[in-house]
Amino acid sequence: MRKRDAIPRGEAGRSSYFAWLADQRRWRALAAVTMAVGLVWTVVSAVPQEAGPRGSTAAPREGFSAPDFRLTLLGGGEVALSELRGQVVIVNLWASWCPPCRAEMPALQEVYEAYGDRGLEILAVNTTYQDSQAAAARFVEEYGLTFPVPLDQTGEVSRRYLLRALPTSFFIDRDGVIRNVVIGGPMSKTTIQTTVESLLRDE
Amino acid sequence: MLPILQVGPLAIQLPGLLLLAGVWVGSAVIEREAPKHGLSGATLGSLVFYGLVAGLLGARLGYALRYWSVYAEDPLGLISLNPLTLSAAEGAAAAFLVSLVLARRQRLPTWPTLDAFAPGLAVFAVFAALANLSSGDAFGAPTSLPWAIDLWGAARHPSQVYALLLALAVFIAVRRFALGPTFPGFLFLAWLAMTAASRLFLEAFRGDSVIVLGSLRAAQLISLVVLGAALLGLNQRARVAQKGAEGKAGDSG
Repeated sequence: MRKRDAIPRGEAGRSSYFAWLADQRRWRALAAVTMAVGLVWTVVSAVPQEAGPRGSTAAPREGFSAPDFRLTLLGGGEVALSELRGQVVIVNLWASWCPPCRAEMPALQEVYEAYGDRGLEILAVNTTYQDSQAAAARFVEEYGLTFPVPLDQTGEVSRRYLLRALPTSFFIDRDGVIRNVVIGGPMSKTTIQTTVESLLRDE
Repeated sequence: MLPILQVGPLAIQLPGLLLLAGVWVGSAVIEREAPKHGLSGATLGSLVFYGLVAGLLGARLGYALRYWSVYAEDPLGLISLNPLTLSAAEGAAAAFLVSLVLARRQRLPTWPTLDAFAPGLAVFAVFAALANLSSGDAFGAPTSLPWAIDLWGAARHPSQVYALLLALAVFIAVRRFALGPTFPGFLFLAWLAMTAASRLFLEAFRGDSVIVLGSLRAAQLISLVVLGAALLGLNQRARVAQKGAEGKAGDSG
């Protein structure tokens, strides 16, 4: 193996920046100035105490408060996300014609049955503006879904949640803060289960 | 922000694709740089590959260990494609350990190997910044500056654009350093110092910093330590190289 010449001999070596780095006095000055500037910048850019937690801003993203919505339910009634504070909520956006949505619904139903009494709620928001209420009803019956199915007739909730791929799931903690976002699917049962479990664990 | 690229019926997750492209281009650059440091491109290429594989396996196993009861019930969940069920710390540790063991077994010289990695790492950082730009991750703090972007419910610093510009600058600097005379360890340590310095600078504009000790940003403290270590390393490697050169000059004279 041929190693590179450590330092070219002669003037090139003396004039280059690494003769400079090897010189103790100059290096110490360089290091001291660099570290001092870095330290001052760190202190200057410390986060001011009055900056509130991000959880208070609503945005469809981890660490932010879940944007609220009120929708009518398939089969009648209404639901508002904000009324579910204190529970762990999965908001799953789906359509009956979307194969990965079909693929993950049984897993959602199983997890709902297992964790429903421990404080899990699932809102399977049907994107009705690009689906139909009848198809949604057939789908719910076919899979024996027992969780509420809100209908996004106008597409407003999908827009507010920046829906870009079906299905998309938002895992919301007891304080209404989004903790995980899964874009696209299908999610395996283990994915749903481990995420829900970690949210139920921290009270 | 364009997280999903819709091509007909295909919804392509752009951030993941960009990271993958970054790994691909980065490892191509490493393989091309290797001969300049007296190393085999294929050897370094396989080092990257096995490191990545180990990283993925470690990340999934580390995650499964935390929820072992769930995975004991459904072991097939281990091979899910979902990036949510990966644990970054365990993955990084596994990738590091496996690369280290492989490098030792192949008797790769430490500093030239790291030097060969530097331009590839700098390229990857450019793609990582692009991925963040696409996903809206690593977002900025709210600001009223005229170039603020509307993101996540507020007008924010375009922190991803800042990061992209600095990553490009670091890459160009590494390329220029590589053309000039160097000593073993110089390229890698220079890259490390510049990367730490740019993170130290950029973190100030982030809106998602982890805060420690009341109000300090953790990433800045870590960057300060790394920057100090890199400067120390530069000094030591330069002195070793200078001694070597003097010894050689003495032999011939």
